Amino acid sequence: MQPTSHAFKANAEGALGNAHLQQALKLMRAGFPGRRAAAIARLPEFDDLRDEAKAIKDHVLANLDFYLEAFEKNVIAQGGQVHWCRTPQEACETVLAICRRLDAKTVTKGKTMIAEEIALNDYLEANGVTPIETDLGEYIIQIRKEYPSHIIAPAIHLVKEQVADSFRATHRELDPKRRLDEAPTLVAEARGVLRQKFLSADVGVTGANFCVAETGSTIIVTNEGNGDLTQTLTKAHIVLASLEKLVPTLEDASTILRVLARSATGQEFSAYTTVSTGPRRAEDSDGPGEFHVVFLDNGRSAMLGTEFQDMLRCIRCGACMNHCPVYASVGGHAYGWVYPGPMGAVLTPSLVGVDEAGHLPNASTFCGRCESVCPMRIPLPKMMRHWREREFEKKLSPATYRAGLGVWAFLAKNPPLYRLAANAAARVLATFGGARGRFRSLPLAAGWTQGRDMPAPQGRTFMSLWAARRKETGAS
Amino acid sequence: MSEARAQIIQSIRRALKRDALNAEAERALADRLAEPKRNLIPARAARLDHRAQIDLFVRMSEEVQTTVARVSSAGAVPGAIADYLSQRNLPSRLVMTPDPQLDDVPWAERPMLEIRRGRAEDADQVGITACFAGIAETGTLMLTSGPESPTRNNFLPDTHIVVMRGEQVVASYEDGWTRLRQRRRAEGQSPMPRTVNFITGPSRTGDIEQRIELGAHGPRRLHIVLIDDAASA
Repeated sequence: MQPTSHAFKANAEGALGNAHLQQALKLMRAGFPGRRAAAIARLPEFDDLRDEAKAIKDHVLANLDFYLEAFEKNVIAQGGQVHWCRTPQEACETVLAICRRLDAKTVTKGKTMIAEEIALNDYLEANGVTPIETDLGEYIIQIRKEYPSHIIAPAIHLVKEQVADSFRATHRELDPKRRLDEAPTLVAEARGVLRQKFLSADVGVTGANFCVAETGSTIIVTNEGNGDLTQTLTKAHIVLASLEKLVPTLEDASTILRVLARSATGQEFSAYTTVSTGPRRAEDSDGPGEFHVVFLDNGRSAMLGTEFQDMLRCIRCGACMNHCPVYASVGGHAYGWVYPGPMGAVLTPSLVGVDEAGHLPNASTFCGRCESVCPMRIPLPKMMRHWREREFEKKLSPATYRAGLGVWAFLAKNPPLYRLAANAAARVLATFGGARGRFRSLPLAAGWTQGRDMPAPQGRTFMSLWAARRKETGAS
Repeated sequence: MSEARAQIIQSIRRALKRDALNAEAERALADRLAEPKRNLIPARAARLDHRAQIDLFVRMSEEVQTTVARVSSAGAVPGAIADYLSQRNLPSRLVMTPDPQLDDVPWAERPMLEIRRGRAEDADQVGITACFAGIAETGTLMLTSGPESPTRNNFLPDTHIVVMRGEQVVASYEDGWTRLRQRRRAEGQSPMPRTVNFITGPSRTGDIEQRIELGAHGPRRLHIVLIDDAASA
């Protein structure tokens, strides 16, 4: 998809005025954070597990070439195939080639963010293959021709009335007078419609939460069971995975799984954790006839060894966006591409360029909640700061901002001058702030005062108070 | 695509500022894969004795809307299943995997249960399977695919009934992996079956307004019949 991250400000403004979205975001704020906190309170070892999970991924990244090759060897030994793709285009072509060879008309899909990243659905459709999303959230946004607004809850921006309208418009074969006002009815209807699709699909595509080097297995984590029907009932199971999904062993995967579900939904463990190894065995009575792992690089190998390497530890739990005050106010679509929230603010500029996505690392209050809840201890605010530096170096930030920053930097480098200016500003603002003690508007800061008042300084600056106190106590 | 492969590997090495690992480093990593080490395992289940692990397994299962019936012998299984089905007004036509683990249950004593053994189809409403292990830590079932345990039977029927024994309960996922490796090595099989399913409660979704609804695509109901010699004690 074409990113609209450059329009973040306009997107965000639209989002703030969207009543349905605000209603949906209120539900999110009331849900995810509390459930995560409760799950973590029950597991005293949680922080130690985070340390181990981080260490496992750091070890993998430092030896990524080895683990990728070991994984490939084991996939082949189990009768599967590995395809290496540098770009979204190569990955799309690889999937299409498999579909063509199997004469596939329809492809069922489990939830995969890599497919969103490479815009696989558009590509398949343009080439005569029908993709069918089977995760309920993904299905809803597919029929609405939208893209996910959250990496684990793709339709979190919608309320049930919107879902009901879309079902009525799409499932035309069903009784138009049926009632669709409750969530259970909607879930049951989707189940019925999609069950038929599962049974008739030719190829199944899923993502991967982990690729296990030890066994050549891929692992997906779901709650609905759609990823399982997708890979069990079709002729071929295609796994889309980015390079950094590797873990050494099943034990290592188990450790990271313990922090994944708790961070994501606050569950102890997701309903379905599925480990897939190769195609069906000769003696098996079901399972896919072929097993393909499609690896996507798309700029990730270039992140290694840079200040953005830590981002490759991300396990896509969504905790950072669930706890982000900016995401909770504007939702995921404002970010303008497939990865929203703090992880998107770091990853999107790496994948689509800081020219397009420069606003995203600026759309942060730097409150640090994202880093504090990240199970993989990714220093998200620090990396957003790195992007702001790069943006500044590339002269992409607005001229007034750069000029203001220049003046501030000049003063900050001259402490006596800085104190003089700060004293003067404090006095001037205190005088003009008058009896109300705050400003409704300020010249050059209209954007800031539009949403809140600027408090007037109470008196003198900290430095002058400090100097006065030292004089009083006689300190030298 | 082999050109892409070479380029990706090369680009990784360039970013890591090194060539391919030397033989010694490679051997250390290969050993790490050959002899998987356990990381930290939470004390929750691991510190308990086996009896308490079984109790924890049942408690954690019930927390995620799995129902559990504990019976004292294989002989009591058909009756427990018949009761479960009639209490919920579910059909007594069942599809059951050809798993030999289910063979010592005297199914014929309950002729009302109409059992077909084989692969589940879309029309099957109720299915019975065995399992490989139960993980006490989170009330998770571990099922492995094979000629006698097709994966679809775990997902297609609306109601999934699992018959298992107390000794199949282990503390952690790691215990499950250890058992699986031992079993497959002993039987001369490849290291992994095509599919290992960890199942924790019935299928669910929170995709509509974050309200949890059961039965999204997989079973709406998950019921465990646990054969436990000490159950009557």
